[in-house]
Amino acid sequence: MMATDTFGARFDRTQRRAFILGIAALILAVLDGLRAPEQFFRSYLLAFVFWLGFPLGCAAFLMVHHLTGGFWGLPIRRPLEAGTRTLPLLTALALPLLLGLSRLYSWTHSDLVAADAALKFKQPYLNLPFFLIRNVIYFAVWWTLVRRLNRWSDEQDRTGDPLLAARLENMSGPGLLLYGFTVTFFSIDWIMSLEPHWFSTIFGMIFMVLQVLGALALAILVAGLLSQREPVASAVTPDRFNDLGNLVLTFVMLWAYLAFCQFLIIWAGDLIQEIPWYVTRAQGGWAIVALVMIFLSFATPFYLLLMRPIKRSVQTLATLCGALIVINFLNVYWMVVPAFEKSGPRFYLLDLLLPMGMGGIWVATFLRQLKSRPLLPLHDPRFEGALEHAD
Amino acid sequence: MPDVMATKRIYGLVAEFESPDQLLSAARRTREAGYRSVDAFSPMPIEGLAEAVGFHSTRLPLVVLLAGMFGAGGGFFLQWYANVVSFPLNVGGKPFNSWPAFVPITFEFTILCAALAAAFGMLALNGLPTPYHPLFNVPRFVMATRGRFFLCIKARDKKFHVDASRQFLESLMPFGVYEAEL
Repeated sequence: MMATDTFGARFDRTQRRAFILGIAALILAVLDGLRAPEQFFRSYLLAFVFWLGFPLGCAAFLMVHHLTGGFWGLPIRRPLEAGTRTLPLLTALALPLLLGLSRLYSWTHSDLVAADAALKFKQPYLNLPFFLIRNVIYFAVWWTLVRRLNRWSDEQDRTGDPLLAARLENMSGPGLLLYGFTVTFFSIDWIMSLEPHWFSTIFGMIFMVLQVLGALALAILVAGLLSQREPVASAVTPDRFNDLGNLVLTFVMLWAYLAFCQFLIIWAGDLIQEIPWYVTRAQGGWAIVALVMIFLSFATPFYLLLMRPIKRSVQTLATLCGALIVINFLNVYWMVVPAFEKSGPRFYLLDLLLPMGMGGIWVATFLRQLKSRPLLPLHDPRFEGALEHAD
Repeated sequence: MPDVMATKRIYGLVAEFESPDQLLSAARRTREAGYRSVDAFSPMPIEGLAEAVGFHSTRLPLVVLLAGMFGAGGGFFLQWYANVVSFPLNVGGKPFNSWPAFVPITFEFTILCAALAAAFGMLALNGLPTPYHPLFNVPRFVMATRGRFFLCIKARDKKFHVDASRQFLESLMPFGVYEAEL
């Protein structure tokens, strides 16, 4: 009992600190942003896209587990669910972006559209009213998915009704389809249309893999931290972490595969509409960022995750996952920011303050949600017997 | 010749257990008693058993890594040689050494060589297929593929002694202890 009590206190302390840090960073960001509103919205978009990946990735991965089952889901189920419940926060954080749409997207300017045949052709899709309608739909879909995932899981805890597992499973197939469609279009609307002449059909997939990888890494990190005490300690076994490590490896490889596919196809096609995206991202400072990314978000984790001892050690895998979250940010940075900075990465304080500010508030919300429910699912029939053989 | 009869050549002593937990604790105690040439047989994988019989990692990962690197190098070289040296062809104005286009094949070759090395290296290192094994001389050993669990102390173990080792195995409360003749 004592142990759980101290845990609670630690939760509260971290939550308070994260919140204060987040608010402080946001206030500084707003003050700095008044000077440079253009840069404020650019950095805000970067931070928003990065943090939105967590609730969405968590929802997607939860649904994957509801479909497949497996004891490896036991230690990460509650962190994932808590992650999805940060969606309301991200929805609120999306609203300020609406003020900056005209600063971010060239297709919002009618004079620019009129002078450009390609933009004129895309206008039936890329126009403000339709953009807003689409986003209302995305968020409505995500809210519905997140609400169901959490409500039924909560009911399962309270009633132990075995039918709920089947219900969660049945919603997860269509749910993942909906996730795929909405996130694909979301990535087209918010990121691809920053450079509206460019297009790639694989882009949404890359974006999804980044979200799921980030969410999985987060959930493993949290499970690793919680595993120092009961009840999570007995749910975390080397075997399960081995499975989770293999899943991380799979997503690292999937990311590399998709990212390379996109590059190879565009490189081989060599078309004037398609190549500028890569020409910008492979020149000057961006080339260095790209090389660092190949090394840090593919080669290194790929090599490390091939080794069993690394996957079976809770601490090592959790640390690696923490690093992957940071690398994930670099990945989003390389996708978003070159749209504004053609000649290479430049340091802006806002690129640091806004992700940190949003992150602080996000972590505080996440922890509040995490502690509001038992740290392990109580009556899921899929996990029956999962705690029996733990020494 | 009486002393040939006395030193009947045996492969080792086998103890039969009824549950995986019994086998696991028996294996641990056998290691603790100082036996090193120990092997265990079970119809299903048992967590921790490999460590309990003192199984250490093999050289297979190294074999697979080397084969994978050979595959990567070989796969790339094949394409580079064909496109740059042997039969240069101008495709869409791209350089002859168009490495991005070589990546998929290089990757496939890596996996192919690594997977073949893993499969055949595994067979080579664990000595499969083995049509004859001294343990097959123990009639009860057929149960190792069904519901029984076996622990074997091999005769080549320095500490092995037919009577003392049999006594030790008996102390582990097995279902039975058998001699495996060579």
